[in-house]
Amino acid sequence: MSASPGDPILNIAIFGVFVAITMVIVFRASRNNKTASDYYAAGRSFTGGQNGSAIAGDYLSAASFLGIVGAIAITGYDGFLYSIGFLVAWVVALLLVAELLRNTGKYTMGDVLAFRLRQRPVRIAAATSTLVVSFFYLLAQMAGAGGLVSLLLGIEERVGQSVVIAVVGALMILYVLVGGMKGTTWVQIIKAVMLIAGAAIMTVWVLALHNFDFSQLLDAAVATTGNPAILEPGLRYGLTDITRLDFLSLGLALVLGTAALPHVLMRFYTVPTAKEARKSVVWAIWLIGIFYVFTLVLGYGAAALIGPERILAAPGGVNSAAPLLAFELGGPVLLGIIAAVAFATILAVVAGLTITAAASFAHDVYGSVIKKGKATSEQEVKVARITVVVIGLVAIIGGIGANGQNVAFLVALAFAVAASANLPTIIYSLFWKRFTTRGALWSMYGGLSSAIILIVVSPVVSGSESSMIPAVDFAIFPLTNPGLVSIPLAFLLGWLGTITDRRREDIDKQIEMEVRSLTGVGAEKATSH
Amino acid sequence: MGSTPREPELFLDPADTEPVVDAAAFRAVQATPRFGALRRRHRLFVLPVTALCLLWYFAYVLAAGYAPEFFAIPVWGSVNLGIVLGLAQVVTTFAVTTLYVWYANKHLDPVAAEIRAELEPVLHIAPKGARA
Repeated sequence: MSASPGDPILNIAIFGVFVAITMVIVFRASRNNKTASDYYAAGRSFTGGQNGSAIAGDYLSAASFLGIVGAIAITGYDGFLYSIGFLVAWVVALLLVAELLRNTGKYTMGDVLAFRLRQRPVRIAAATSTLVVSFFYLLAQMAGAGGLVSLLLGIEERVGQSVVIAVVGALMILYVLVGGMKGTTWVQIIKAVMLIAGAAIMTVWVLALHNFDFSQLLDAAVATTGNPAILEPGLRYGLTDITRLDFLSLGLALVLGTAALPHVLMRFYTVPTAKEARKSVVWAIWLIGIFYVFTLVLGYGAAALIGPERILAAPGGVNSAAPLLAFELGGPVLLGIIAAVAFATILAVVAGLTITAAASFAHDVYGSVIKKGKATSEQEVKVARITVVVIGLVAIIGGIGANGQNVAFLVALAFAVAASANLPTIIYSLFWKRFTTRGALWSMYGGLSSAIILIVVSPVVSGSESSMIPAVDFAIFPLTNPGLVSIPLAFLLGWLGTITDRRREDIDKQIEMEVRSLTGVGAEKATSH
Repeated sequence: MGSTPREPELFLDPADTEPVVDAAAFRAVQATPRFGALRRRHRLFVLPVTALCLLWYFAYVLAAGYAPEFFAIPVWGSVNLGIVLGLAQVVTTFAVTTLYVWYANKHLDPVAAEIRAELEPVLHIAPKGARA
């Protein structure tokens, strides 16, 4: 078998068509990108259905598509366990966060966190955690692009891969610079439709090959792999007590991190009302849930039709399960479509992260802290655009540097940091009257630093064969995900910082926030259509 | 870490806290039984339901980790209890979503809309509603 199944030229051509179509839409959509509301929040003009699709496009990263199909194909049930956490997490976003956040903020997570607390310190903390989470997530996506290039375009040498990473990064900068939130949203919507449609076609195809009998598919997967254990949990996480605890830690980070990811939160501002924010999450939950059911079929389908040996031997390893399955089913054309979907996925997720980080820097740091709220909307947008270019360049350089590194943990780390640094403060400021600035700062910085420190002293960084630095061993924390410790710690610090704080916050701001959050009074409506 | 210098009990630095648009109007609304009922209805739904969903999820994760033989019990052909319970997580997520939309449409949105309609003219918020 050649390095890449299928036809690299065809793969590039199909991706080129995607880029051309989205470019036209982005340029058309961006004609009235004048104010900060247009640039950061797409003029709040998207419907719940559109935004829900964009959320799905933002959330279903290459890791969830290629990673989960591959994980199920290789480690069976444990891969499925992973996707359940990604879905159930949306209940927290729907019930506790989406609407209240839409009603109390304007553009960024910092708007909500700083609503009734002291602006400057809380916004700086919110921007710090937004930038850290976005950076980890961004780096993982860009580094993943390198692996995809070798798999889908047959480019084996480092230089060629670096060029492709740079092209993907440059495209992303162009989309975000020109299109702002509107352009980013359309890229995400189109990508979500392509991804879910592609997965649906493959799912029906796989089921058709097994007489639409799921049990028969499972039998075929067991027959090909020769391992009945793929139908049960335990192949990956059930090895020792440590791996079991590690999975619990990961589960906690996934289920509490989603509702605190800055790029997910920012999407709620692109709709006109809290009711549309609710509809967005409902759409997102259905799309994401159905997609994960597809990945269950695709994962076992890849195990049955291709088998773990061929998957692991292909360039890209575990991540090649979905592309190989596409090739097996529909030949070079279906592979080309799935390859284009995978690139579109990276592009769309990276664009969403970049605009979030840029908005947080321009709005929270430049607009509110440096200019003390006196920056005009035009000035803020200008700073945001400059930040987009800087972040884009950092992402390209980081992606080229991290190419080939084991960076899968970065996404889990981003979830753990979001759940530790952001979620306690979001929940406390929405539901706990007494909460103070000191509680917020203790919780945010405590959650952020404990999550990062625990990762540094974990086996992810040192002390085992798969570590970043295998040669030395300073791993004193046994788990690869810090969530089990850092999330409860951040909740505790927020409570402790508050009850030991003699100072009271402004009760009027608390009352205003409560009334606004539940009724939507004065929430900014759509500005353009 | 985020410890701050000691200052008087009530912190009100005009340069650092955005002024409340109309504190009296918000206070008055917050004190009404209607608003109290809205807040209670909201919390009585979202807090217990979130807690139940998280409990159900962690029960599933713990069972997968510590009782894999329970997940291996066959249900239908080669489909075992683990796959059924995993899909049940998906189904309960969909069910909670649907239930919440019904609840919010029936019990939360009408009251929120009434309060909004009465409060916005008092606050001089135009229908376009641009907040500084």
